[in-house]
Amino acid sequence: MDVLAGTGAIVRLVVVRDRWRLLAWVGAVVALVAITAWSTKGLYATQEDLDLAAAAARDNPAALAFNGPDQALDTMGGQIAFQVGAFGLTLVGLMSVLLVGRLTRAEEDSGRLELIRSMPVGRGAPLAAALGVVGVAQLLAAAGSAASLVLLDQEVHGSIVFGMGFLGVGWLWIGVTALSAQVAENPRVVTGAAGGALGVAYVVRAAGDMSGGGLSWLSPIGWAQKARPFAGETWLPLLLLFAATVALVAAAVVVARRRDFRAGLVAPRPGPARAAPHLRSPLALATRLHRTAIAWWAGATWLLGLVYGSLAESVEDFIGDNEAVAEILASLQGVSLVDSYLATSLLITALIAVGPALQVMGRMRAEEADLRAEPLLATQVSRPRWMASHVAFALGGTALTVVLGGFGLGLGHSLVGGGAGQVAEMTVDAVVYLPALLVLAGIPVLLFGVAPRWTFAGWLGLAGAFVIAMFGELLDLPQLVVDLSPVQHVPPVPASEVRALPFVVLSALAVALFVGGFAAFRRRDLAPS
Amino acid sequence: MDPVISVRGLVKAFGSTRALDGLDLEVAPGEVHGFLGPNGSGKTTTIRVLLGLLRADAGEVRLLGGHPWHDAVELHRRLAYVPGDVSLWPKLTGGEIIDLFARIRGDLDERRRDELIQRFELDPTKRARTYSKGNRQKVALVAGLASSAELLILDEPTSGLDPLMEAVFQDCIQEVREEGRTVLLSSHILAEVEALCDRVSIIRAGRTVESGSLESLRALTRTSVTAETERPVEGLDRMPGVHDLEVRSQLDGDTEVRFQVDTAHLGEAIAALSAAGIRTLICQPPTLEELFLRHYGDQLEREDLAGDAG
Repeated sequence: MDVLAGTGAIVRLVVVRDRWRLLAWVGAVVALVAITAWSTKGLYATQEDLDLAAAAARDNPAALAFNGPDQALDTMGGQIAFQVGAFGLTLVGLMSVLLVGRLTRAEEDSGRLELIRSMPVGRGAPLAAALGVVGVAQLLAAAGSAASLVLLDQEVHGSIVFGMGFLGVGWLWIGVTALSAQVAENPRVVTGAAGGALGVAYVVRAAGDMSGGGLSWLSPIGWAQKARPFAGETWLPLLLLFAATVALVAAAVVVARRRDFRAGLVAPRPGPARAAPHLRSPLALATRLHRTAIAWWAGATWLLGLVYGSLAESVEDFIGDNEAVAEILASLQGVSLVDSYLATSLLITALIAVGPALQVMGRMRAEEADLRAEPLLATQVSRPRWMASHVAFALGGTALTVVLGGFGLGLGHSLVGGGAGQVAEMTVDAVVYLPALLVLAGIPVLLFGVAPRWTFAGWLGLAGAFVIAMFGELLDLPQLVVDLSPVQHVPPVPASEVRALPFVVLSALAVALFVGGFAAFRRRDLAPS
Repeated sequence: MDPVISVRGLVKAFGSTRALDGLDLEVAPGEVHGFLGPNGSGKTTTIRVLLGLLRADAGEVRLLGGHPWHDAVELHRRLAYVPGDVSLWPKLTGGEIIDLFARIRGDLDERRRDELIQRFELDPTKRARTYSKGNRQKVALVAGLASSAELLILDEPTSGLDPLMEAVFQDCIQEVREEGRTVLLSSHILAEVEALCDRVSIIRAGRTVESGSLESLRALTRTSVTAETERPVEGLDRMPGVHDLEVRSQLDGDTEVRFQVDTAHLGEAIAALSAAGIRTLICQPPTLEELFLRHYGDQLEREDLAGDAG
């Protein structure tokens, strides 16, 4: 068929270029399933443990909202499927959104596809290649997940239905993203719309699972769970997933055949011919560049805090009966389980709040690398002023996010009976983390000055802090390594008293990193990519 | 008057590559100075040093009487820059970007801005991510030309413009010249340089190989001569400065000669022709293309060497 000529060549190109990215996604999905299954087996060693866990989950709407419906939770298979839960299904959906978005509209928007289309390549070949590559990647991820369950002694039939649920959701979002890529012209809108649909599907099934299940039939993620892996499997919901996939891909193909190259279905709207009066400084420009991302980070972290906080009171029933879990949470003595849980939640929230700073710093580096900083620095804008316009948002983004995260935790806890004082207390406790977070945020600031091409390595600092915070004790890391993470020096509030010394020392260190970054940037050459 | 730009012996290395290797450049107040050189010869690097974006490794650089690195902010108040590789913020419209730059510079002349947008036929309501290369270039040009800065630094500002827009650009630069402002124009378009520039500097591999007015540069190179004479021309083949001599006897007994002569020896060559009785004479001054190729082309350079040796 002429319209598909050259598909094989494009598939090879994509596989060569993105092989690590594809492998990383498949590996992440399989690892999530395998590690969750393995740790669930370790956590609930006896049938008694399983019965207790099932009873706790059944009574906990938040757990059902997070993970999924109450289906055979007192069996190992059912418990594993519950623990991997809606999160795993959302992850495979996200895999499709990001990969398909990257291979279709982003490729077209960059102009690279134009070069390919000028060669003897059929009109449908690039889309077919993208669908094929991501489809196979999803197949590998699903098969690997099912195989890892079988290897961990789970029933074969249940494992296959579990894997088919992953495959169905993964493929369905290939269809959603492919259609979105034909309709919208801007690659960010493509992934935004498809990712938004995934979020809606998650929330709809969360509401459904909390309230008994009917509503979950409106969500494709719900369909995968309605196939009841390890809980009396039924294939009908899986057929729904595959039928919807076929319909969406067909719709994408229909639109793709009608539209012009680089066009969408929605014509771009003209913007303002004049700049708003306040758009008159580097800071105003930085506001335009960073505000949306920071709003998302802060809003999502607030929501996460709210959910964590609302679970605080049920934490005793939820895990109180399980020795292993209780041990992990309450490694401190003489502290209530609730405070210990809140301290862990606040730590996670605080670490997430470094994200906006790292994203802002990455974008500041992109401004330099892509030559957008150059014309600004050729005006009377000094280098410190330009850099400060971005760094301000790194600081502000992290501060806002951690405070809102703490506020959400306190609000959530107070709503389930933690007391009205919780709101103020948790908000203030969040501020205790700020100096440590600014040390983590200061790493890319210093790198930007000293070795600009390594600015992204700030993410490695956050990843390291995360691993140390979450798995430090589990992995039995040496104290020297644990001490490298600035957040380890923050007293675990509210399960501990606030101390002044770490606050002061971490603040000084953060200031040193920021000052060093500014000073180095003043002295160096501008470094395009 | 002190030069607006004065560069002597400028050296800039990136790792082991010497991008600039003793470059000289002098731009006088009020002149439009052409800055020519092949790709990768160091034009953009020189401009980035002048803007204080890169620090010079060696050499002396003065810009508007100041030091481009240490006095960057003060100097930037007095200049406007149009980059060759225009990268814009995808979500802002062209109009917003033009306003932003004007306000940061603090000299927004509304009338001039609107006039330029109209002359360059730019749609200021489109988001930058939807602009073509030429239109991105127009945004940068309008932003630069709308300012009343005393020095314009333009780095291949017309790459991507169509011939109509090229003409508009040339008009704009003529106006800038009439206002007595100074322009450093890096360019590849020789017709543009010939039309606009008072003086040019030609650089190659990070060094200045020629600098001066177009007339004086022409004097440095060869004029091609075609003539018919009544009698054979005496002594041309031994005359210094004459190259590529071709002599052909015609049926009617006349002689046709074609040769290239170094412009310094043009008088002697014409005298020799004259002595042989000139019937027709065509003298062609060197074009900028030839000037260019003479300094760019490795092949020509080798021929020069061979010619000098013989």
